[in-house]
Amino acid sequence: MSARMHGTPKGSTLLFATLILATIATWGMGSLGVTGTWGVAILAAISFWKGAVVILDFMALRHAPLLWRAITMGWIIVVWALITIAYIKGLAQ
Amino acid sequence: MDTVTTPQSSMPAGGPAQAHGPRLAGDLAIWFFILAELLAFGVFFAAYAFARAKNIELFAAEQAALNRNAGALNTVLLLTASYFVVRAVQAAEAQASRQCANWLGGAIVTGFGFIIVKLTEYAAAFEHNISLSSSTFHMFYLSLTFFHFMHVILGLVILIAMWNGARQGRYRPGDMNGLETGAAYWHMVDLVWLILFPLVYVIH
Repeated sequence: MSARMHGTPKGSTLLFATLILATIATWGMGSLGVTGTWGVAILAAISFWKGAVVILDFMALRHAPLLWRAITMGWIIVVWALITIAYIKGLAQ
Repeated sequence: MDTVTTPQSSMPAGGPAQAHGPRLAGDLAIWFFILAELLAFGVFFAAYAFARAKNIELFAAEQAALNRNAGALNTVLLLTASYFVVRAVQAAEAQASRQCANWLGGAIVTGFGFIIVKLTEYAAAFEHNISLSSSTFHMFYLSLTFFHFMHVILGLVILIAMWNGARQGRYRPGDMNGLETGAAYWHMVDLVWLILFPLVYVIH
């Protein structure tokens, strides 16, 4: 068996643990009142990475045809790009 | 004449990906549905972000009053449910129906945990007379989170149906389409929250 469509229990447990740690980091940054361009960039990067794990590993799109992987990863890239543009626009107000 | 069907020969759904090349997990129709949902949420997120850009102080003040702990707890609950669903699919791949049902049962419990936390949050908001018309921020906060909340409820209905199927031993290698389809929907609900939480509860 060269690859399991839905990964292995050990691999998914490791991913789950890192997702929880990333969530705690996001919550911690919010509680500490972290803001500013760099703070938002880190929050966006964490959220993007978590979304990518869910798309590629949990939804098993890593093993899907390239078009479907591109559409779903493209969605999260476009959404965060729009949020970033709006954030920068807000800074200029 | 009887034909013997080995798990290997009936592998397309749920088998090793490389054996038959790339494939989508679950029904094609659910993926079109998921794309439509992602598009709707994407428009909602962009609308929130651009509305915030014009009302930074208002959004910051009202966001500060949100219960960020509840939002983070709900993120943990949804991620845990998603992890349990992954383990359920892996159990079905390994022909372990009982474990599959148990993992799905865990996902249902954590999914209901999300519902309870969210309802508690809504109750607190309504106590403070927060409504769709009280401010632009609250309009977005209530409509975005409630739209997502409805998706969680539908996801729970699907999880319960899959749990029932797993208890009857319905899912096994070569016959995982129903399980993978429902799992894909649940992960979409999780995926959307992973953007909603930092956007609405944290970024200011």
